[in-house]
Amino acid sequence: MDAVLSTCVYCGCGCGCYLHVQEGRVVGSSPSRNHPVSRNNICLKGWHLHEMVHSPDRLTSPLVRKGGRLVKAGWEEALDRAASGLKKCMTKHGSEALGVLSSAKCTNEENFLIQKLTRAVLGTNNIDHCARL
Amino acid sequence: MTNSINEIENSEVLLVAGSNTTEAHPQVARRIYDAVDRGAKLIVIDPRRTKLASRAHIHLDIRPGTDIALLNGMMRAILDDNLADDLFVEMRTENFYALRDMLYRLDLAEVAAVTGVDQRLWQQAARLYARARKSVICYCLGVTQHICGTNNVQAYANLAMLTGKVEKEHCGVDPLRGQNNVQGACDMGALPGVFPGYQPVSDPKARAKFEQAWGVRLPAKPGRTLLDMTHGGGNGPVRGMFIVGENPLLSDPTMDKVRETMENLDILVVADIFLSETAQLADVVLPAASFAEKTGTFTNSERRVQMVRAAIPPLAESRTDAEIVIALANRLGYSMHYQSTAEIMEEIALLTPIYGGIYHDRLEESWGLQWPCFDRAHPGTPFLHKYMFTRGKGHFVPADHQRPAESVDEDYPLLLMTGRIYHHYHTGTMTRKSAALNRECNEAVLEINPADARALAVRNGERVRLASRRGAIELKAGITERVAPGMLYTTFHFAEAPINRLTVADRDPGSQCPEYKVCAAKVEKLT
Repeated sequence: MDAVLSTCVYCGCGCGCYLHVQEGRVVGSSPSRNHPVSRNNICLKGWHLHEMVHSPDRLTSPLVRKGGRLVKAGWEEALDRAASGLKKCMTKHGSEALGVLSSAKCTNEENFLIQKLTRAVLGTNNIDHCARL
Repeated sequence: MTNSINEIENSEVLLVAGSNTTEAHPQVARRIYDAVDRGAKLIVIDPRRTKLASRAHIHLDIRPGTDIALLNGMMRAILDDNLADDLFVEMRTENFYALRDMLYRLDLAEVAAVTGVDQRLWQQAARLYARARKSVICYCLGVTQHICGTNNVQAYANLAMLTGKVEKEHCGVDPLRGQNNVQGACDMGALPGVFPGYQPVSDPKARAKFEQAWGVRLPAKPGRTLLDMTHGGGNGPVRGMFIVGENPLLSDPTMDKVRETMENLDILVVADIFLSETAQLADVVLPAASFAEKTGTFTNSERRVQMVRAAIPPLAESRTDAEIVIALANRLGYSMHYQSTAEIMEEIALLTPIYGGIYHDRLEESWGLQWPCFDRAHPGTPFLHKYMFTRGKGHFVPADHQRPAESVDEDYPLLLMTGRIYHHYHTGTMTRKSAALNRECNEAVLEINPADARALAVRNGERVRLASRRGAIELKAGITERVAPGMLYTTFHFAEAPINRLTVADRDPGSQCPEYKVCAAKVEKLT
């Protein structure tokens, strides 16, 4: 079994956790012994960190609304629809009518790109995330 | 946090305010319990009798929303006993006389009446905090989620500066960050007013730097905050939204209003790992990869930037949020290309002084780096404000007690607070997928004091109707002395009992934090 050192996603403590991988599936998690925060200890949520990864409820393909319902679609179609929808809205109502919510669950790199997209591409500073909640 | 988590265990006095640390920040709580075992004194400011409060040497069980009054009382006690750090106040702070004058005008009987706490108790706490060499303050959303949240935080900062309990190891003011990367999302400029590293968008110099790096003109006007977007404030409603890994429908206050906003959008694009309540309203849903399927960094509450590593490739057809954003940018006519997330980090380091020395290769061979870290040779910063505050001198801002947005009355006689429990996390999109965590706890419980339960003839475990001026839900009653008479507490983890149908959307004008900790409510027995 492989163990990959990563960081827990459930709170601001930031424990060092190993993700245990067997046959392409994440099957367990355990604390890092020497990590300065976790020091060989994680909480109940940390021990069950892996469980949501392979949840049957995970989204497996893009969805696009057609006739009022969300139906499966390919990536090209979904991205085209998303981009054209945002572009149309921008042309019609201006950049100020667009809003982006980034995520405290995403990595720093992703947050950086999301704010870059908002400011440099969509042309607005309407970006926020759940820090206030 | 201005300190590191490990510094807490060596403090002599710990003042914990508005934080159920045991359940929400287990590792911080562990350090607190260790410190107490070693002889440290624990002061807890919390309307609830949390586990931490039950172990405290002094528990100041204030009425919700009365932190400022209490802190003013404590600071007055410090002045009266001559326990202020005069040298620190003189050398390192400004506007002290305004604070002093306000404190000398304070009516102590009124403080006791407003907070509901005995004067001797807060005086004792103030002396304990001021006399120790190493005193640390930890606070959480119980302090910030009020219409006077900014002033609450300032009051705690005033207390720390008045007694010189900052700038040293084991001394400081530590907000505990709730989400794993909420610190990083703020650092990266996922905020309406600042670029990465808190460089203001309104600053022409900062803007020029980013314009040069990105090759486009950038807007100078600060954008809308989350609640302005979801509740339609500011300049008319938003018409199109792109939401990544958030579930505002469950997490924002007054949820019926949020639903209305979402349903009226021309276009809603959601990237998420699950079909959240918000995603169900979207026009386009993009399946995202989970943390176990990507490489990058998170920044924890003590500003430690550390690696997240892919254990497996993205599941099924999902893609990382970075890939999704890059694809969208290119389709919108802006060329965006990165070889790896390490290359994105290089761009961050170039544009963000506090992350200036943070690169993946350095993080790979360490337990991360704590910002500010200005260049590749910089070792990182375990505690902030050594020798100097970021703004120069620490500024005292005297504040008066402010009444909460909503108060109890005959129709809604009980005071509702919301928060988290140990087994679940935020809107539950992740933790509620875990069988083990659901086994521990799988439904919302309304904590109610035995006296109130008796008056309403409600039994433990019985389902009740909980209502506020905005809406009602049904949930299970749990009778406990953790809450005082007249108070209620429940969580926001459960979609079946969406508590934010009830909560108030009034918010602090500075931080835009909604007042989740004070909502007038009533409980009715179901027949």
